[in-house]
Amino acid sequence: MPHTKRRRLVTTALSVALGATTLAACGSGDDSTSGSGPVSLTYWTWTPGMDKVVDLWNKGPGRKDRITVTVKKQASGDTLVTKILTAHKAKKAPDLVQAEYQALPTLVSNDALADISQQVGDIKGKFADGVWQQTTLGTKAVYAVPQDIGPMMFYYRADLFEKYGLTVPTTWEQFAQTARQLKKKAPDKDLTTFSANDSGLFAGLAQQAGARWWTASGGKWKVAIDDTATRKVAAFWGGLVKEGVIDNQPMYTPAWNKALDTGKQLAWVSAVWAPGTLATAAPDTKGKWAMAPLPQWSATEDVTGSWGGSSTAVTTDSAHKEAAAKFAAWLNTDHDALNALAKDGGIYPASTSAQLSGAFSNPPDYFSNQADFYTRAADIAKTTAPSAWGPNVNVAYTSFNDAFGSAAKNKSDFAAALKKMQDDTVADMKKQGFEVSR
Amino acid sequence: MSSLALRKAAPAAGTTPGTAQGPPLRRRIALVPTVTLLIGAIYTLLPVAWVVIASTKSGHELFSTFTFLPGTGFTQNIKDLNAYRGGVYWTWMGNSALYAGLGALLSTAVSAFSGYALATYRFRGRETIFNVLLAGVLMPPVILAVPQYLLLAKANLTDSYLSVLLPQILSPYGVYLARIYSAAAVPADVVEAGRMDGASEWRIFTRIALPMMIPGMVTVFLFQFVAIWNNFLLPFIMLSDDEKFPLTLGLYTLLEQGSNTPALYTLVITGGFLAVLPLIALFLVVQRFWSLDLLSGAVKS
Repeated sequence: MPHTKRRRLVTTALSVALGATTLAACGSGDDSTSGSGPVSLTYWTWTPGMDKVVDLWNKGPGRKDRITVTVKKQASGDTLVTKILTAHKAKKAPDLVQAEYQALPTLVSNDALADISQQVGDIKGKFADGVWQQTTLGTKAVYAVPQDIGPMMFYYRADLFEKYGLTVPTTWEQFAQTARQLKKKAPDKDLTTFSANDSGLFAGLAQQAGARWWTASGGKWKVAIDDTATRKVAAFWGGLVKEGVIDNQPMYTPAWNKALDTGKQLAWVSAVWAPGTLATAAPDTKGKWAMAPLPQWSATEDVTGSWGGSSTAVTTDSAHKEAAAKFAAWLNTDHDALNALAKDGGIYPASTSAQLSGAFSNPPDYFSNQADFYTRAADIAKTTAPSAWGPNVNVAYTSFNDAFGSAAKNKSDFAAALKKMQDDTVADMKKQGFEVSR
Repeated sequence: MSSLALRKAAPAAGTTPGTAQGPPLRRRIALVPTVTLLIGAIYTLLPVAWVVIASTKSGHELFSTFTFLPGTGFTQNIKDLNAYRGGVYWTWMGNSALYAGLGALLSTAVSAFSGYALATYRFRGRETIFNVLLAGVLMPPVILAVPQYLLLAKANLTDSYLSVLLPQILSPYGVYLARIYSAAAVPADVVEAGRMDGASEWRIFTRIALPMMIPGMVTVFLFQFVAIWNNFLLPFIMLSDDEKFPLTLGLYTLLEQGSNTPALYTLVITGGFLAVLPLIALFLVVQRFWSLDLLSGAVKS
C-alpha cells in the first residue's frame, strides 16, 4: 500500500494521542509567592468538623493576620502518609497536614516536615512531657504540634461484673484471675479478646510495660521490639489465649460488635475515645459500661500507654511556614479552637488545660452514669508513658498483623511472633539505608 | 499471519457473533458445569445481596440482627446520607459520573481512531506501536498512578478534574480491542471500495468503518466506564480537594475517620449500594447495542 499524506496524518495523530500524557508534563513552574500580604494555606486533615473549626480561625485571628486556611478532608491511616510522601516528591504537599504520632519519624526521615521550633513560640508547657517529646523526636527541633491523644483505659460492663461477682482488676495479675473466674462461672463468656489486627493496641500495652521500640543515638537506630518488657506483654496475652480464658477473635468486626452488644464479652482494653466506638458497636448497652484505669504490672505503679492520637505538622513544601506554624499553634492551644475541636471533631485534646474545660465538664453521652469520666481521664492522661516511634512503624505493624494474627488463631507461641516482628523491622530499616545498631 | 490469528480471536473479544453451525442440538444438562456455575453465581451475588439488605438496616440493627433479615432503616439511611456534610455524597456521585462518562467517551473515541488506524494502515513502526500497546495491556494501571502524578504535578494539573480524566483517556486495552475488532469487522474490501468511490479517509472512517465497529466500541466504553467508576488509586493520589472526589474516594473518607471517630458504616453501605445502581442501569441500557453485531456485517463470506 502506498503512503498517502492523509495516512501520514493519521499516523501522526496516533502518535500525538499516545504522547498526550507526556505532553501534559511540559507545563511549567511553581507559583509560590513569598513575603507579606494575604496568605492562603491548605490543610489535609481527617478530623470530622474541622472545616467549622477552621472557620473560627478564618473569621478571627486569621482575618487579622490575613492568613486563610482551606481544609481538604482526607481519609486517615497509613495511606495518607503515603499520599503526603508522594505529593512531597513532587514538591506539592499541602502547607499543613494532620499526622499520627507514630507517622512523624517516617515523615521527618523523608524530609517532609519542617522544623517549626522557631515559629510556634513557647507552647511546650501546654502539653504533657510524654506527648510533647513525640513531636520533637528527642531532638531540639519541633516537627508538629500535638492535637489529640489516646491515653489507654479499661472499660467494663459494670452490671455484668456485679452479676458474676467480679472486681475491677488493678493489676494484670488480677486481670488474668478475673478472666479465669469468669470462664468458670460462665463458660460461654469471655472477659475480652486479644485482637491481632490492631497493632496500635499492642504497641500501647508494650509502652505501658516500659518498652521503647525505637531509639536513636549517634546517628544509629536501635530497635528493641523484642525486648524484655514487650516479651512480658506478649507472653501474658499469649498465655491467656492459649489457656482459653479470653477470646482470640479480632476487634472491629461485626462479630466483635455483637459480642460487646450482647454481653458475650465483658470488657475492652481501649483508650479515651472508646465511648464513640462503643456507641456504634454496642448501642444496646449504653449506660451499662464503666471506665477504670488500665491494670498495672505492679501494684505500686501508675502508668498507661497510648493508643491513637495525632498532631498538626507543617511541611517543608510550604511557602509560608511561619503562617502555617502560627495556625497550628492556635488550633491546638486556643481555648475556643479546642472547644470546637472537641464538640465538632470529637477529639480528646492533647493540651492539658483543655482536658477539663468546657466540652469536657460532662461525661460522654454513652457514659452518662459515670459523672467523673473526664476528670478521671485527665488524671490517667498525666500518667502516659513516653513512647518511642521509628521511621518504619508501618512495617512493624504489618509484621505484627501477620505474625500475631496467625499466632492468635493457632494459639501458638507469641514469643516467636515477636521475634519475627523485630527481625522484619530491622531488615526493612537496613534496606532503607538506616544504620541499625544491635 | 498474525492478522489471521487476530481475526480468529476477534469473536472472543467481548462480543458474541452468531456462529451457529447447523441447528442447535438438544443436549442433556451437564451436571458438573451447571453446579460449578451456580456456585460461582452464588459466590458473586451473595455480597451484592448483603449490601442490598445491609443498606436497609439502621445503625442499631446493623450488627445485632440476623445478617439476611431486612431492616427498617432504609429511608432514614438515605436521609442521613443526604444530610451528611450538606449532601456531599451527591457531589461525589456527580464527579464519578463525569469522570466515568466523559472519560469513557473520550477513551472510546481515542481507541476507535487508534485501533482503526492500526488495523487499516500500514506504516513504519506499526508493529512496534502495537507491541508497546500489548505491553501496556499487561501493565496494571496501579503502578502507573504515582509516575502519572509526578508527571501531572510538573504541569500543575494535580488536584483538578483533568488530572483524573487525562490519564484514563488512553487505555491500552481499549486500543488493543479496537484494533482487533476493527480488523475483524471492517473488511479491507469495504475500505477499498470506499476509496474507489472517491470518499475521503475521514469519510470512510466515520461513515463506513465506525458503524461497523459500534458493538466493539460499546464494549470498550463499558469496560472503561466500569474501570473509571471503580478506580480508587489514581484519584486518591491526584486529588486532595474532597469536592472533586469520586464516590470510591468519598466513601473511603467516611470509613477512615481516625481512631477517635467511629466509621460511618450505615452511610458507607447505603452509599455503596446507591453507587452500584448507575452501573446496573448502564448495563441494561447499553446491552441492546451488542445485538447489533448480527446485523452489522457488510460482506458475507
